[in-house]
Amino acid sequence: MSLTAGQGGSGAGSSGTPRGFAEHGSAHGGHGTETAPYERLFRGERLAQLEQLFTLYPTKQACLLPALWMIQEARGWISEPAIGEVAEVLGLTPAYVKGVVTFYTMYHTHPVGRHFIQVCTTTPCNICGAEDVVRALLEQTGCRELGATSPDGRFTVIEVECLGACGFATPILVDDDFIENVTPEKIAGILQRYE
Amino acid sequence: MGYPHPSHPKENPVLSKHFGDPEARSFDGWVKRGGYEALRKVLRMSPEAVVEEIKTSGLRGRGGAGFPTGLKWSLMPKADGRPHYLVCNADESEPGTFKDREIMRWTPHQLLEGCAIAAYAIGAERCYIYIRGEFTEPLKIMQQAIDEATAKGAVGANVFGSGKRIEMIIHRGAGAYICGEETAMLNSIEGKRGNPRIKPPYPAQAGVFGMPTTINNVETLAAVPHIIMRGGEWYKGLALGNPKSTGTKLISVCGHIQRPGNYEVTMGTPMKELIYEMCGGMRPGRTLKAVIPGGSSVPIMSAAEAEDCLLDYEGVVAKGSMLGSAGMIVMDDTTDMVYQIWRLARFYAHESCAQCTQCREGTAWSVRILERILTGKGKQEHFQLLLDLSDNMTGKTICVLSDSCAAPIVSGIQKFRHEFEAYIQGAREPAMAGV
Amino acid sequence: MADELVNVTIDGAPVSVPKGTTIIEAAKQAGILVPHYCYHPALPVSPALCRMCLVEVEKAPKLMPACVTQVAEGQVVHVGSDKALKAREGVLELLLINHPLDCPICDQAGECELQDYVFQEGRAGTRYSEYAKRYSPVEDFGPDVLYVPNRCILCTRCVRFMEDVAEEPVLNVSERGDRAYIGISPEQRLDHPWSGNVVDLCPVGSLISKDFLHKARAWDLDKTASVCPGCSQGCNITIDTRDDVVVRIRPRPNLEVNRHFICDYGRMNYRWLNRGDRVEAPLVKDGGRHLASDWDTALDRLGQLVRGLSGSAVILASGRASTESLGLVKLMLGRLSVTAAVQVPVGDEAPLVGVPNLALRPERAPNLTGAELLGYRTDWAEALRQVTSAGLVIVLDADLSEADQGLIAAGPGVVVVLGTVWADGLRSAELVLPVTNMAEENGTYVNRDRRIQRFNQAKSQPGMARPAWWIAGEVLAGPGPSASAPSTAAEAFELLGDKWPLFAGLTYSEMGYTGRALEAGGEGVGESQRVDLGVM
Repeated sequence: MSLTAGQGGSGAGSSGTPRGFAEHGSAHGGHGTETAPYERLFRGERLAQLEQLFTLYPTKQACLLPALWMIQEARGWISEPAIGEVAEVLGLTPAYVKGVVTFYTMYHTHPVGRHFIQVCTTTPCNICGAEDVVRALLEQTGCRELGATSPDGRFTVIEVECLGACGFATPILVDDDFIENVTPEKIAGILQRYE
Repeated sequence: MGYPHPSHPKENPVLSKHFGDPEARSFDGWVKRGGYEALRKVLRMSPEAVVEEIKTSGLRGRGGAGFPTGLKWSLMPKADGRPHYLVCNADESEPGTFKDREIMRWTPHQLLEGCAIAAYAIGAERCYIYIRGEFTEPLKIMQQAIDEATAKGAVGANVFGSGKRIEMIIHRGAGAYICGEETAMLNSIEGKRGNPRIKPPYPAQAGVFGMPTTINNVETLAAVPHIIMRGGEWYKGLALGNPKSTGTKLISVCGHIQRPGNYEVTMGTPMKELIYEMCGGMRPGRTLKAVIPGGSSVPIMSAAEAEDCLLDYEGVVAKGSMLGSAGMIVMDDTTDMVYQIWRLARFYAHESCAQCTQCREGTAWSVRILERILTGKGKQEHFQLLLDLSDNMTGKTICVLSDSCAAPIVSGIQKFRHEFEAYIQGAREPAMAGV
Repeated sequence: MADELVNVTIDGAPVSVPKGTTIIEAAKQAGILVPHYCYHPALPVSPALCRMCLVEVEKAPKLMPACVTQVAEGQVVHVGSDKALKAREGVLELLLINHPLDCPICDQAGECELQDYVFQEGRAGTRYSEYAKRYSPVEDFGPDVLYVPNRCILCTRCVRFMEDVAEEPVLNVSERGDRAYIGISPEQRLDHPWSGNVVDLCPVGSLISKDFLHKARAWDLDKTASVCPGCSQGCNITIDTRDDVVVRIRPRPNLEVNRHFICDYGRMNYRWLNRGDRVEAPLVKDGGRHLASDWDTALDRLGQLVRGLSGSAVILASGRASTESLGLVKLMLGRLSVTAAVQVPVGDEAPLVGVPNLALRPERAPNLTGAELLGYRTDWAEALRQVTSAGLVIVLDADLSEADQGLIAAGPGVVVVLGTVWADGLRSAELVLPVTNMAEENGTYVNRDRRIQRFNQAKSQPGMARPAWWIAGEVLAGPGPSASAPSTAAEAFELLGDKWPLFAGLTYSEMGYTGRALEAGGEGVGESQRVDLGVM
């Protein structure tokens, strides 16, 4: 079992299409693309929210993680144009922002399913059967593969490193819901709650 | 969601006294349980006196390094016109550790009160509480608590009418174990990649935004109000094993154990009592094989070492490991040690920030060697290679992430070499296919 | 405090350095190179992340990074101890596990810090043979820069240069762990006017120049200390030639002028040095045609011309002419009323924000200040007006427009071209004397901050071409064998002191290879007898 796109795994750029030598752009990581024209997020109320954040830190740059969270909460993932917008409102460059985005694994650089499921499989959960939970989740969501979105667009399942609830193995995070003591038997019931 | 276990008589619940009690979560509920008295008391003391009290208590950092808290506070420069900051490390990500989460879930005001006292002691007007991004519930609860405490005047622009400003700001992480390393955390707050910084300068000289900063773990800060109320001498008296390890400690116990959970014990409590009495021992028919006592970053202990170990900083070191963050991973005789060591190495390879060569390449290579062994392609040379690599990854990098990857590998080979041999010699079926 | 000295011993060598010096710099003072990758003296902060410079410091519990550890009194440091060597061997082994080992096709080979250190103290073989190496395709970062991720050791020098020196962070470290790579924003290109420096900073062959791609092996190159002829900044450079052809220009450190950098304009501005359409023999007008002649004949003719003339003369000089040539050509016309002008093409300014007083200057004339000190004026149009009444016009390798050539040809004066090339519009010139370009001669330029700096001959002159100062010096000395004609640029420079006291007493050896600041003085300054020279 190995980690997949968005979570790294061994080998750089495993998910990117190899590109030619003179072509412009990153051959790594294969950032997702948006089909619709980009609509700015930081306007009106959201801009006011962001400006409120500015008062909490001595630099605008420090608002980068919170601003990225705002994007992801509103849009589900962080696209290249979104990176550009965040860079602009915070006085940074897109390259800088992207370096930060790709450091933190919770930011999605690709669109994901309507419900994003993160399963802890690090040692403490692993010895308590976390891999069985993963297998059951992949099967019952129809995702088949880690990092892939189910054909109905409903779920994406990934393995994550320690969720910090080792005494309640196996914990999973469905969107923002932290669910403990998950076993393969409980999965059907859990999935029912997410349309 | 109820708390999984009632307190065991051998526990000494100080921080965890109100775990499982939903009423303790609210400001009023916390005040009813004696909350915020310590903060009121502190406001009548000088900051120096607060630091002295903590020094007396012998409180040491509960995040893993065990640095004396009072001493850390005293390293902050005196008021020099520059802003000072307190950073509360709530990025609990060390595999096996889940105590800070419970403190935040059940007693958010206990933590806020500790933060406010610490901020007062070090002359900080702002405290950033860095909570890992995955902790959705603690994030919500802590924000509610801050809102409530601010409304009640316990924190904010004028703490209990004292004229002191102590603001609490939650900074949400976004999935990076290394941000639990204090200088990486500072970078993350500043909106940067969570790369650990070189020391010196130490955070007390130049921390977040280049200003004097103290970083304390959640559990450390949560202990502070109790020390203020009951006195440093009282806390210092809570020591069964070694006078250098004082107070109580939340031990997170997980893995192959009857009753996993957080157990608050007096420093120096025998590990054997914790495992077999408080936690109810192994699952029926199983025996203890190994314990990783301090979160996954410390050397693995054999069953014999564990059963003879006292739970305090010195006691665990005496058995060849470290108390660390006291996340105890208990493994019984069904555990495939090679597989689990591989799984740990994979964790570190995934979390390496990519700065230091030894860590970036060494963790990933270690994973591959272990995969070789697990797929039945292991060789005798792999032992030496793993040990060489581990040596190369120990004590040579900016932070200790690569040391943490090496620790279970080296101790694993020392103590469970026969399990590696079984894979290498084909006596055991490969645990994974391919590679 | 800056003067307070600290005594340390490094590999047995005692050395005293100012307090605050890092071990790596102190070791340099002791003549010991501590192998390193991420540290670079030109970049403001060392991240100490490659861990290559770990050294053993007695009494320290761990090996210490020499690039950020400051020396302490009485410290004993071991760079070559077993422990330090073992640590470096370990780093090198890890840097190589995913490295393609494609030195035979890598431009960096021969000047690669990875290759050098591995050869010096790395393991003989790999222990990583069981695995496929990480592979990522080459990427196009900008107009002249390619990124070869497979060779990258993630020292981050390039990222830090763009961030901290150019202050335009278009590069980043993306991802983390062993998946990390140097990324660029898809919105942006690495096209900052100083971005070529990342190629020099890259210690391995990961960032490479398209211009230099597969042009030469490092060991085939001859390297010559020089000064950039691109603008009036006077950046110190090294001219790399292969088989007498200039193939690359790279910065040469000079903390007073350009630190460790040059701009891309200067870097790319070398092809003219290799021009093939050069005048290779003195051409003397003979009726309606020009005859290739020997130098004696040509110099006689020039001498007669200069001595036989009275009235006014005009010198139209290239801003790339050396101080020696500008000075001696002017001295040669000492008797006449001379209007001397220097050509100053103008372009955009491009500062390197992170370094004070460093920019590609609008004045694209490396010796503008030198020319001004010698009494040359920059009013080109006025000089051209003087052509209409002058008895002699000397074109000192100036790039003339067709219109200007026509104006000169139509003028009453005798035209003498001291040129690298012979423009079509000046076919009527009395004499066309082949001169060397700045890569073919020794000489000096004075930069905009009045720093006089030497450049050296990097390639041989074509045919019979000579420096213009040699031609003027021979004429000044008069016909026949004479001891007074300068035979080297250094001697030519010494002749300038008589007329221009600012240069008096200064010698080439005093200038060394980083130059000397000239004393301050007013405009036009250099001259002791301005009246005599009849400057407008």
